[in-house]
Amino acid sequence: MQTARQTGSTGNGIKLALAWGFVGIPLVWGVVQTLLNTLKAFH
Amino acid sequence: MAVLSFLSRDHTVAAAGYSRWLIPPAALCVHLCIGQAYAFSVFNLPMTKLIGITQSAPNDWKLTELGWIFSLAIFFLGASAAVLGHWVEEGGPRRAMFTAGLCWSGGFFLSAIGVYLHQLWIVYLGYGVLGGIGLGIGYISPVSTLIRWFPDRPGMATGMAIMGFGGGAFIASPFSVWLMSRFSTPTHVGVAETFIALGMIYVCFMMVGAAIVRVPPPGWAPAGYVAPVQPKRLITTENVFVYDALKTPQFWLIWWILCLNVTAGIGVLGQASAMSQEMFRGQITAVAASGLVGLFSLFNMAGRFIWSSTSDYIGRKNTYFVFFALGTALYALVPYAGAIGSVALFVLCYAVIFSMYGGGFATVPAYLRDMFGTRYVGAIHGLLLTAWSMAGIFGPVLVNYIREYNVTHGVAPAQAYNVTMYVMAALLVVGFICNLLVKPVHERFHMRAVAAEDEVAAAPVFGSK
Repeated sequence: MQTARQTGSTGNGIKLALAWGFVGIPLVWGVVQTLLNTLKAFH
Repeated sequence: MAVLSFLSRDHTVAAAGYSRWLIPPAALCVHLCIGQAYAFSVFNLPMTKLIGITQSAPNDWKLTELGWIFSLAIFFLGASAAVLGHWVEEGGPRRAMFTAGLCWSGGFFLSAIGVYLHQLWIVYLGYGVLGGIGLGIGYISPVSTLIRWFPDRPGMATGMAIMGFGGGAFIASPFSVWLMSRFSTPTHVGVAETFIALGMIYVCFMMVGAAIVRVPPPGWAPAGYVAPVQPKRLITTENVFVYDALKTPQFWLIWWILCLNVTAGIGVLGQASAMSQEMFRGQITAVAASGLVGLFSLFNMAGRFIWSSTSDYIGRKNTYFVFFALGTALYALVPYAGAIGSVALFVLCYAVIFSMYGGGFATVPAYLRDMFGTRYVGAIHGLLLTAWSMAGIFGPVLVNYIREYNVTHGVAPAQAYNVTMYVMAALLVVGFICNLLVKPVHERFHMRAVAAEDEVAAAPVFGSK
């Protein structure tokens, strides 16, 4: 029997940051590029 | 053999302490890569100048010939998801993601050979067939895993992954253009090298997803989550076998719900640029129209997450009621926006329409889970994606032919889209009726033995947030 508190939260925190950064950074870059192109088009 | 056992479902079971919030990034590793499909058009123009370099030579490929690459990929997406859905479900997410990565990147490598040898059939075979199979397997690979890890928020979980499919194009489009600019020379376009680079990057990215992904151990439930003892009317606790789902009216009603929602959206998606310029001549230039298309794509992506998450609170059926009722009103309002020359109203209508187009894709896996249970939801979702393939044909054909008919019968270009908008609104009314007819699946379709096993599995033994 385990609970959420018993689940090595520090190790998970690093893994989560790495995993979300791995997918989040390219996604944010792509969204920013699209927004910049959109703004350029309106100018 | 060690690799094969690493891919098996048994080796994918999460150890104690594994955080379920690692599953969405694992799914995004796959969906962000295969979402490149929406950005394939950036290669169309360069591929018409592979011989002529600065302009098309007589032996260069034509745009009409190149259009088949994307169409083939979408066809094989639907076909492979339908045919291989059961295999994906049985083998687990890691084997599926690994296979999808090999097919998807293999499609790029084969296409690079096709471009290098200037043999279009190799590109059809590469990106269209092999890549299309990678698309289909990759699209459905994380769906049931996400739903099992997030029984409390299935809409939000699948919405995150399917949002990645919309977001993949935002990365691939500028990145591909940048790569081509790096590889091009005065005597060379650089498409083949860009395909190789993309194939290498995508295979690495997708393998990371395959390595991270885990299935929950038997008996797992999120901390604090209590599985409902009394099933809600439209959320079953039973399971329906994948091929038995095809025998239910609910499957075909949801098939039409998806098909009609996508037909309406995809039809105007491809024409948004031309439509905005023709409806607002002198107000929206070609450059501004391309900016609008980018803005609509952002709403398409955001809608995937926002609407599917909302569906966890208001219910799947109500979410589709909103799509169809609000969609009908907004499609009917577009001609009025054109008549009064209100660009702001036009943009607002389209922004919401595209958010609901994306939302329709993202909410449907959770709708299937509500109807048919968790056990075969990925495979059933695969079968349902044939509705997308059909809509990919219906939508653009409807919009193009209705506009063509109007213009050849003397209707001014500014008003040529009015009938199209009313036809789309009518399609959404039909969708509304289909959604209204959705009732719980009859118990004769339930898997008795498996349901009993899952009941044991659903009992909350340990949990994590």
